[in-house]
This record gives sequence, structure tokens and C-alpha cells, in this order.
Amino acid sequence: MKIGVVVFPGSNCDHDALYAAGVLAGQQAVPLWHESEDLEGADAVILPGGFSYGDYLRTGAIARFSPVMSAVRRFAAAGRPVLGICNGFQILCESGLLPGALLRNAGLHFVCRPVYLRVEATDTPFTAACRAGQVLRIPVAHGDGNYVVDPPTLDRLRRERRVIFRYCGRDGRPAPDANPNGALDDIAGVASEGRNVVGLMPHPERAVEAALGSDDGLAIFRSLVQTLAAETALTVAG
Amino acid sequence: MKAFVHVALKKSVLDPQGKAIQAALAKRGHRGIGDVRQGKCFELQLDPSLSREAAAQEVERVAREVLTNPVIEEYSVRWEG
Repeated sequence: MKIGVVVFPGSNCDHDALYAAGVLAGQQAVPLWHESEDLEGADAVILPGGFSYGDYLRTGAIARFSPVMSAVRRFAAAGRPVLGICNGFQILCESGLLPGALLRNAGLHFVCRPVYLRVEATDTPFTAACRAGQVLRIPVAHGDGNYVVDPPTLDRLRRERRVIFRYCGRDGRPAPDANPNGALDDIAGVASEGRNVVGLMPHPERAVEAALGSDDGLAIFRSLVQTLAAETALTVAG
Repeated sequence: MKAFVHVALKKSVLDPQGKAIQAALAKRGHRGIGDVRQGKCFELQLDPSLSREAAAQEVERVAREVLTNPVIEEYSVRWEG
């Protein structure tokens, strides 16, 4: 399987994502340049973390107009898996591929530390290999991660089980200091209506080996591989 | 002909930067300043060959579709010249 990782000017977690998807998850992982509309036959696309276009205007606001995003929009509309990590999540929200927006952290500080995340739904390509309620220890590193949506959209997200990750305590329960940025309803990640597009603020690609303090992030990449493998098996069988 | 587009967080969205500025002002002893909201301003120089109507339409579009994220922000336009 081929996993494409988009490289914007200012992306800085693209190599981590390529390493996680390529070396560790054992797939062919290729960088996709932002000026090209060619996704090079990728089976899934990752928008990595960083500061695309220097976060000018708003985080993710300029990346949204890059040629590669036209292709990503069509890819997502076709039901293909798209994952946005941190700045990638911000870009997906700006593009309208995911609902909501990411505001400046409530505490105003850039927050860089490990957090605990509860997996709220396993029926997405990026959580299929997780258990519902599983707690992952994964770092955050962002200044604008304070997720907001209007109340009707929040109701809808809850009703449709589209909140995929929530900040939580070590035991998976809500905890006072668990939420690093003031995000509404402790939301760390959401999915699109079709559930194939997922965005999250924490960085699973930075928690993929014991030497990094945690390898819990591998669950996200394994989920994708499992989902793509199941698809291939179906295609072959069909 | 110049358009000034002022973009700010919607009133319904908490503005932590505005709150921090408000707190700093109070600490400095400035009196009588209530709520502070931080926004940004864009100065757009318009081509003089454009009619006023065409320029206004273009600026509205840019403000709505690019300069503002409608989920969290709102804008107003002021003209000069």
C-alpha cells in the first residue's frame, strides 16, 4: 500500500510521518509536493504537522488554497482515507473537510507535552485497530489547538459519534488538567460525515517507538494499514 | 481607493488574547476599560480602473472567503479615497 504525506512549505513533521507510515508500518510512504495535484496513486493521504506558510493569515488558511488540496478534496470526496495531524487538522478545518476551527490555546501558551487521549470511536480508518475507550499517550505541540464549533454542530458531532478522540486522564476519565488547550468538550480529534477524513491535534507520529517515550501512536498507523489491507482483500475476493 | 478590512473573533467566541490584554491594562492601572477584543486589519489597495461597485464586490468576496474564517470570525469594511 502507498501512503502519501503532503509537504507544504513549513511542514516539519512530514519526515516523522513518512518514517512511521513507511519504516514502522511497513508501507510505501511517499512525500507529495504541495504544488502538484498528483497524489501519485496513494491509497491514503496524511497532512502532517508544522507551520504551513508560516501560519500566516490563520493556521492552515493559505495551505487550503494550494494545488495539492484540490486533489485531496476530490480524494476525500471519493471516500478515501485522509488524516490531518496538528497543522494538518487545522488545514482540514479551514478547507471545510472537517467541521469547526482551532483557536489560540486558552492559556495562550504553546503547549508541548504528552497527553492522554481516549479513543471514542473505532469505525474510522485511523482507529480501526484500537479498542473503544482505549487510552493513548501521545504528545501535543501547538499554539492553536483550542477546538470550537457552534452548538448545533457540536450536537450533531455527538449524535453522529464523530468525536474520535478526547483528552482525558491516565485512566481514561475526564480530568481537570487533561485538556491542554481549552478545546470544547475535551475534543482532540473529529471525523468527517463519511468518517474517512480524521483530524487530531496530538502527534501520533511522534510516539511510535519506546525510545520516544511511547509507541501508542503506532495504533493509528496500524489502523490505517489494517483498513487498507481489508479493502484490498475485498477487492481481490470480489 | 483603499479598503480596510477589520477581522475579529465573533462575540460568541472567547478571545483569550483580548482577555490577557485587558488584565494587563488593569494591572497597569488603566481605568474604565472594559472588554478588550483583539482583531486584525488588512489594507487592500484597489486598482483605480475598477468601478466602485466592482471593487466593493471583490473586497466583500475576499473578506468573506479568504480573510475570515466564518466559523469563528466576522469582518467589517471601511473605505478610504
